Amino acid sequence: MIVIIDYDAGNLTSVSRALSHIGVKNLITNDIKSIEDAERIIFPGVGAAGSAMRSLARLELDIAIRDAVKIGKPILGICLGTQIILASSRENQTECLGIIDGTVKAFSESEVFQIKGYSGFKIPHMGWNRISLRTDHPVFAGVKKDDEFYFVHSYYPSPTDLNQVVATTDYGFDFPSVIGMKNIVATQFHPEKSGKPGLTILKNFSDWEPC
Amino acid sequence: MLSKRIIPCLDVREGRTTKGVKFKNNIDIGDPVEMALLYYEAGADEIVFYDITASHEKRDIMIDVVRKVAETIFIPFSVGGGIRTLEDMRDVLLAGAEKVSVNSAAVKDPEIISKGAEAFGSQCIVLGMDVKYVGKSEKIPSGYEIVINGGRTYMGIDALKWAKDGQQLGAGEICLNSIDADGTKDGYELTLTELISSAVDIPVIASGGAGRPEHLYDVLTAGKADAALIASMVHYGTYTIAEIKSFLDERGVKVRASW
Repeated sequence: MIVIIDYDAGNLTSVSRALSHIGVKNLITNDIKSIEDAERIIFPGVGAAGSAMRSLARLELDIAIRDAVKIGKPILGICLGTQIILASSRENQTECLGIIDGTVKAFSESEVFQIKGYSGFKIPHMGWNRISLRTDHPVFAGVKKDDEFYFVHSYYPSPTDLNQVVATTDYGFDFPSVIGMKNIVATQFHPEKSGKPGLTILKNFSDWEPC
Repeated sequence: MLSKRIIPCLDVREGRTTKGVKFKNNIDIGDPVEMALLYYEAGADEIVFYDITASHEKRDIMIDVVRKVAETIFIPFSVGGGIRTLEDMRDVLLAGAEKVSVNSAAVKDPEIISKGAEAFGSQCIVLGMDVKYVGKSEKIPSGYEIVINGGRTYMGIDALKWAKDGQQLGAGEICLNSIDADGTKDGYELTLTELISSAVDIPVIASGGAGRPEHLYDVLTAGKADAALIASMVHYGTYTIAEIKSFLDERGVKVRASW
């Protein structure tokens, strides 16, 4: 059973529907016991980092997530969930979970955007884009070079250790679009809204046995 | 690099698509869920549903359509038409739509944009704009005026100002429809699209006037649009999305070519 963590951060049913479509049993919940019992965890989210962190703390889910990380349970972060895994976010200077060392940066503050201006680069980065895998990762097995994924975000994850960048995406510059370490893999894009390549990733995650 | 999006638009009335839609195999399809699946398989980057059900009481039918679509396709889709309140937005989003678009309700009460953005996030809120060229004047400096009721009612609002206001209020995207170009199949309103797209930081979807792949090329290059809405040119089987995309790809417009 995959548990989708519900912390009042946007509509989580799309992740659930996508999993059900590919025949993967799943449950949307904020119940600590269910999270402890889950075989694997999806940590999604849409919205702002600050309110998300407050909800996590209020529901004591921050502890549950850290515990799951420690015992090596497979975890998939999506979009805001991915950002919150890092130490802090530039979005309202929010302190985050700190599971992966690094910060969440704003496109608007990036050097390229400062120099080139916004011409041709709208914010949010909204729509379909490719990813360049820096390393083979089982969750990305079968993903082709020209497959594209659906993004919608104004901030991006920036891990301190570049070995934790699984893939990058070009939006004026190469930003980390997939990060991970050990039992965690986290995408800035939405696999549940990325057509067949996205469903492939969800399926791979449901079978993933991190070493 | 970000791909330019090609977005088929389906008009839905009381749970059925309104136009006698024919694909190349000449099968008549009136079921919006089946059509969404066909376009999903055919490479649409997103789908827009426009609910033209006249009666507000029959909105539940559309919600049911949205729920079924969300179980069937795994790309983003938005729903517009008759969205008047925060509650209307919530119903559509909870049923599984990625975005909701507001048009005349926002003109009458701009706060619905900020309330919606606050409740659901800017990325969910699309500002739909129907625009007509009226000539430059003191009241309408850009020459483009906001209209509602399918272009019958002039609102005395400059489209350029409204686009900037919409972004300020928290809209995450603009769907820009030229009433002048709509239905002509002579091409999008390039001047208007370029004007609006250059003035805002949020993405702009061009709408109205698409008849040939060249029109999409023009609006995605000269018009600076981030996405292009299409309807009859694919609904009647004149072109497939793949044909349109290869036309654009051959001319150097980045599109999602694999799906």
